[in-house]
Amino acid sequence: MRVSLENLAPKLVLPAIVLAALPIIGVSNWLVLTVAGLAMGAMLFLMAAGLTLIFGLMDVMNFAHGAFITLGAYIGITVLAPLAGWSTGHSWTLNLAAFAVALLAALVVSGAVGWGFERLIVRGVYGAPLRQILVTTGGLIVAQQLFIVLWGPNAIPLVKPPTFSGSILIGSAAIEKYRLIALALGMGAFAALTLLLNRTRIGLLVRAGVENREMVEVLGYRVRRLFIGVFIIGTALAGTGGVIWALYQELVTPQLGTEMFVLVLIILIIGGLGSIGGSLIGAMLVGLTTNYVGFLAPTISLGSNILLMVLILLWRPQGLFPVAKS
Amino acid sequence: MLLSGDPPRGRILSAMLATIVAVLAVAPFLFPSTRALAVAERIAILIVLTASYDMLLGYTGIVSFAHTMFFGMGAYGVAIALTRFGAGWGQVVIGALAGMLLAIVVAAIVGLLSLRVRAIFFAMITLAVASFAQILASTMRDWTGGEDGLTFEVPKTLTSAFRLGGGYNGNLVTYYLIFTVAAVLFLFLLRVVNSPMGRVLQAIRENEFRAEALGLRTLWYRTLAGAIAAAAASLAGSLLALQLRYTGPDATLSFSLMVDILLIVVIGGMGTLYGAIVGATIMTMAQYYLQPAMGGLANAFSGVPLMQAVLDPDRWLLWLGLLFIAIVYFFPTGIVGRLRTP
Repeated sequence: MRVSLENLAPKLVLPAIVLAALPIIGVSNWLVLTVAGLAMGAMLFLMAAGLTLIFGLMDVMNFAHGAFITLGAYIGITVLAPLAGWSTGHSWTLNLAAFAVALLAALVVSGAVGWGFERLIVRGVYGAPLRQILVTTGGLIVAQQLFIVLWGPNAIPLVKPPTFSGSILIGSAAIEKYRLIALALGMGAFAALTLLLNRTRIGLLVRAGVENREMVEVLGYRVRRLFIGVFIIGTALAGTGGVIWALYQELVTPQLGTEMFVLVLIILIIGGLGSIGGSLIGAMLVGLTTNYVGFLAPTISLGSNILLMVLILLWRPQGLFPVAKS
Repeated sequence: MLLSGDPPRGRILSAMLATIVAVLAVAPFLFPSTRALAVAERIAILIVLTASYDMLLGYTGIVSFAHTMFFGMGAYGVAIALTRFGAGWGQVVIGALAGMLLAIVVAAIVGLLSLRVRAIFFAMITLAVASFAQILASTMRDWTGGEDGLTFEVPKTLTSAFRLGGGYNGNLVTYYLIFTVAAVLFLFLLRVVNSPMGRVLQAIRENEFRAEALGLRTLWYRTLAGAIAAAAASLAGSLLALQLRYTGPDATLSFSLMVDILLIVVIGGMGTLYGAIVGATIMTMAQYYLQPAMGGLANAFSGVPLMQAVLDPDRWLLWLGLLFIAIVYFFPTGIVGRLRTP
């Protein structure tokens, strides 16, 4: 591989921003904000990874993806309510068990609904980008209303298990425990996805499908079936991201997913559509920018992600890590 | 001449359109009640808003989620000008022009940034930018009045204090101002889509690669279409501000308004412009007269737990969403496409 500044530069953006923030913010705040940013990035990565894979493999931009994030959060609420004894006690094993059950439930239900969504809604519009956007937007409208029918229009509070809250002191910087957990989960998902894509036969086929779908079909593999699998994994990840985010925010609204979806889109645009590594870097960039700018200049923090996106698009119109398509 | 050589074609359709336009033209004399007049005004404004959206969606084949943002720019332009500098015609014109200019500039930037690579980027970026605009409007309280929006005085000629003979007042002037501007804008859009440029847009929609190979600069044409649509939408927004004498994020920028636009264009018929007239009329009438009827239906099911919840008038969008999906699947050409003879 040719090592040049042109190839290296996109990889240096993230470390450059992290290092540039250090002298401006001061060590202990910098540590807190960096961990917060990386944790937010890890959660965003869970939500973005599925969408980028779905788009990469089948050229489907699912505008209802945000609904799966919301769905995960509501499933979390529904599951944790009867487990209140486990999740509000002070035993960390029971807390962990309740958390694990909630994650698993969100994963399974979102994946299952995703499967149904693919069958019912997306299936008929492959290869028709305009109708895809319209149909998935229609799906989003319906889903949004169904959330209100099932869980009501008001925000529902959701409390973190007590052993997960609180902070660890490193020097004078207080690092929230839950952020470390979220970071670990996100990085775990990234590692698992990377292993799946790079070390297994299915992963090989998915990557081949992203690059040249027809060729994979000609070789006798059913890309359609592969795609359903990717769609299920993608929506399941979004739901898991949703429940982790909901526990982080401790509040669930019917609009939760739609709000996050905007950030997910920015991440995909920054990272390059179809690239898992790109969406990780994009998610971290968005998470860090939100936290740094939110601390330094709260008034412009809202626009910082849009600005980041515009700057990166001006520099690299295809995103930082474009996927080679043939 | 007036219809730019693109008549509705089809007897039922022509009759339908003629009825709608004729009723709108004399609405103040047919329906004296202020509520009915408000419905007619809303229809006229929505026709411009959705026709300009159809130019993007139906003719150029690109999806934008920021159309309400441009609509809002026009509305806030007039609102801010009237709030800051008092009620006068000069302020209305300056506010509308400022809003339009901003809309054109933003549309051009978004277009040039995103359409360079792939059309799908446009849909994604417009969604991000539109949600940013929504947040901006609700946080810049000094300028926009935040969530509450702005309530303002309009020039005296437009208010009921301005007496005309025969029991008519300034409300009549407001109505015909909206009707005339809407009609001119619609005919202008019809002219654009039937001009050589409109043909290029359709060529891009059908086969971008081929259009590019023929030497057409697709990026420029798409961006130009986006800018024209944005300008028309912002003028529609200015009309809304004059009609409501109020501008707020829910009335102009909300996602549900964007959904309404999508529904109107798709139900009416994409790529026809006339679909906007049919769709906007049906949708607005349904919203004003059918949606309250849902409440009665919900009460009939008051014993059944889930039925009552899904039939609640506030769940209106649930049914429209299902209808929307069904239409995209089974009647992609919409009402006008069905009634039109090729």
